[in-house]
Amino acid sequence: MKAESKKLAIFTTKKILKLICLMAVVSIASLWLVDQSPIDPVSIYIGAMSITPEQKAILEEYWGVNTPAHEKYLNWLGNVLKGDLGDSLIYRMPVSDVIKERFTASLALMASAWLLSGVLGFVLGIVAGMKNGTWVDKIIKTYCYILLATPTFWLALVMMLVFSVHLGWFPVGLGVPIGVAAEEVTVLDRLKHLILPAIALGLLGVAPIAMFTREKLIEVMSSDYVLFAKARGEKGFGLVLRHGVRNVALPAITLQFLGFSELFGGALLVEQVFSYPGLGRAAVEAGIRSDVPLLLGIVLISTLFVFVGNLIADIIYQFVDPRIRQQEMEA
Amino acid sequence: MKSEVMTNIIDGSGSEALLKVRDLSLSFFQYTSGLRQTELRIISNMNLEAYSGEVLAVVGSSGSGKSLLAHAILGILPSNSRLSGSMEYKGQSLTQEKKEELRGKEISLIPQSTTYLDPLMRISDQVTGSVEKKDKGLMRERQRDTFQRYNLRPDVGKMLPHELSGGMARRVLVSTALMSSAELIIADEPTPGLDERSLDETLRYFKDMAKKGCAVILITHDIEAALKISDRIAIFYAGTILEEARIEDFTNEGENLRHPYTRALWNALPQNRFQKMEGHQPMQDELNGGCVFFERCSIRTEDCSKDIPQLKRIGEGLVRCNNVS
Ligand SMILES: Nc1ncnc2c1ncn2[C@@H]1O[C@H](COP(=O)(O)OP(=O)(O)OP(=O)(O)O)[C@@H](O)[C@H]1O
Ligand code: SF4
Ligand SMILES: [Mg+2]
Repeated sequence: MKAESKKLAIFTTKKILKLICLMAVVSIASLWLVDQSPIDPVSIYIGAMSITPEQKAILEEYWGVNTPAHEKYLNWLGNVLKGDLGDSLIYRMPVSDVIKERFTASLALMASAWLLSGVLGFVLGIVAGMKNGTWVDKIIKTYCYILLATPTFWLALVMMLVFSVHLGWFPVGLGVPIGVAAEEVTVLDRLKHLILPAIALGLLGVAPIAMFTREKLIEVMSSDYVLFAKARGEKGFGLVLRHGVRNVALPAITLQFLGFSELFGGALLVEQVFSYPGLGRAAVEAGIRSDVPLLLGIVLISTLFVFVGNLIADIIYQFVDPRIRQQEMEA
Repeated sequence: MKSEVMTNIIDGSGSEALLKVRDLSLSFFQYTSGLRQTELRIISNMNLEAYSGEVLAVVGSSGSGKSLLAHAILGILPSNSRLSGSMEYKGQSLTQEKKEELRGKEISLIPQSTTYLDPLMRISDQVTGSVEKKDKGLMRERQRDTFQRYNLRPDVGKMLPHELSGGMARRVLVSTALMSSAELIIADEPTPGLDERSLDETLRYFKDMAKKGCAVILITHDIEAALKISDRIAIFYAGTILEEARIEDFTNEGENLRHPYTRALWNALPQNRFQKMEGHQPMQDELNGGCVFFERCSIRTEDCSKDIPQLKRIGEGLVRCNNVS
C-alpha cells in the first residue's frame, strides 16, 4: 500500500511538471510561428476600405504589429498567470468565452466520433481476429487499409456531397440552421448538424483501433490461458467473450485515449469542410488573422486536451491493469 | 521371458488400459529463409498406456516435449504442428472431435504454470470454469470444498492470479482438475518451486486421485518425485519412450531395470551410487537412424546404430533396446 501511494505521488509530480513544460513550449512555438507569418493582420482587416494614416496607426496598435514578440509573450504570460487569457482581437470578446463556446461544440463532435470509432473499431477487430484468415477477416482488413489511406478532408467532402447535397438527408454544414434565433435552436437541430461530421470523423478513427484489436485478440487466443480454457472444454464465441474480450478491452481503451491528438487534428479538418463552428475553425481563423491571444488560448486548451488523453491512458496502464502491476512486482 | 513385437503389445497386457498412445509422432513445420519449410521433429514413435487407479510418471528432461505430449492428448496443439500415430480412450479411437468432446469432462489437464490462468479473471471463476447458470451454485460449493481440502483460504477465490504465491498457485491449478469428474488427469510438471513439505503434499493429491479410480499421468523432469508416488515410470528420452517399468523395479543397483539409460539414471541419483552419466541427450538433428542412446551406451553393439530398436514387452514392462531379453 505504501509503495502504491509513493508511486502515485511520483507519478503526479512528474505529470504536472510535464504539463507545464509542454504548455510553455507550445505557446512559445505558436507565437513564434505567427510572428514569422508574412500576412499582415491589419491589411487583412482593412480589406478594400480606404483609411487615414491615423486610423491605420490605431489599428496597428490594436493588433500589436509593432510590439516585439518576446514583449507580447511576457505580457500575455503575466495575464495568464493571473487567470486572464485576454480578449480575442477578431471576435472582440474574452478568449475564455470564445473557447468555452467553441470547445463545447467541438467536444460534442469529438466525443461522438470517439465513441463511434471506439465501438465500431473494437467490434470489427474482434470479429476479424476471431475469423482470422477467413474472407470476413480479409474484408475487414482491406476496409481498414483503405480507411488508413483516405485523407480526412476528402472523406468529409464526399460524405457531404453524397448525403447532404445529393440525398439531402442532412444540412449542408454549419452548427445550427441559418436565420434562426439562437434561443430557438433546438437540440434536434444541433444533432442534425452534428451527425455527418461526427460520422466522418469517427469512421477515420475506426482503422487503427480495429487493426490493434485484431492483432491483440489473435495474440490472446494463442496464449497459454486460452489453451487451458480450451483444455477445460470452453470453445467458440463463449471462449472469445470470456477470455478474449476481457483481455483485449483494456489495451484497446488505452489506445483509444492515446488517439486524442489524431482526434483533435481530424476535427480541425472536418470542421473546416462542414463549416462546423468548433474550436478547429476558430484556430484556423486565429492563425490566419494573427489573433495572438485567441490562438495561444486555443493552443493551451488543445494541449491540455491531448495531455488528458495521454494521462488517462497512462493511469489505466500503470494503475488499473493488474498485469502491469504484476510485472512491476516481479521486477 | 516372452518378448513380442510392437503390434502385440496391446493384446499382451492384462487389464484394459484407459488411454493407449501408439506410435505417436509430433513435428512442427517452420518457414525458414526463402519460404522453405522445415520439419522439426519433437516426438517420435512414442507409446504409453495409462491405467485407471494408477499413477504413470513420464520422466524426461527439460525441453524434451513433455508439455507437447500433454497437449497432444488434449488436442490443443498449435496449428503449425503435425501429429501422427493413434490414441485410444476406453477402447475407442481418440480423434480430435472426441478430444474436444471429452476435455474438461473426462480428461483434465493440470497445466505447468500460472501463465495458464487468465490474468484478469478471479480465481474462483477460473476454478469453477465456464458453467451454465443452473450449475453455478453446485460448482461454487464444490470449489469451496476443494479449496478447504487443499488448504486454500476462501478469500483466495476473490484474488487475481498475480496475487497468488507459488505454492498457492500450484494448489489452485491442481484444484481445477477436481471440478470435473475426470477419469484421466494429466499433470504437467506440478512440482517445481515447491518446498519439501508442499511437494509431498502435492504428490499425495495425485496419489489420492488415483486411489479414487482415476488414471493419472504425472509429467515431470524430477525422477525422485516420480519415484515417490507412481506405479509405473516411463522414461522419455530424445523424443521417445525408452522404457516403461513398474516402480518395484527401481531397487538396489537397478538390476531389474532393463534399459541401460534407465539404469544409469537410477545410479546417478545421490541416494544410490551418485554416478555421473557421460555425454548429453542428442538433439533431433543429431539422430542418425539408430538407437537414440547409442552414443552414450556401454553395452552397444554394431547393430544398434543401424535401426531404431523395436519396443518390446518384457515381463510387465516395455523396453526399446536390442540387447536385453
Ligand atoms: N509452436 C512451436 N513451434 C516450434 N517449436 C515448438 C513450438 N512449441 C514448442 N516447441 C518446441 O518443442 C520443444 C518441447 O517443448 P515442451 O514445452 O513440450 O517441452 P517440455 O518438455 O515441456 O519442457 P519443460 O520442462 O521446459 O516444460 C521445445 O524445445 C520447443 O522449442
Ligand atoms: S539398443 Fe543398443 S545402443 Fe541402444 S540402448 Fe540398447 S544396447 Fe544400447
Ligand atoms: Mg513443459
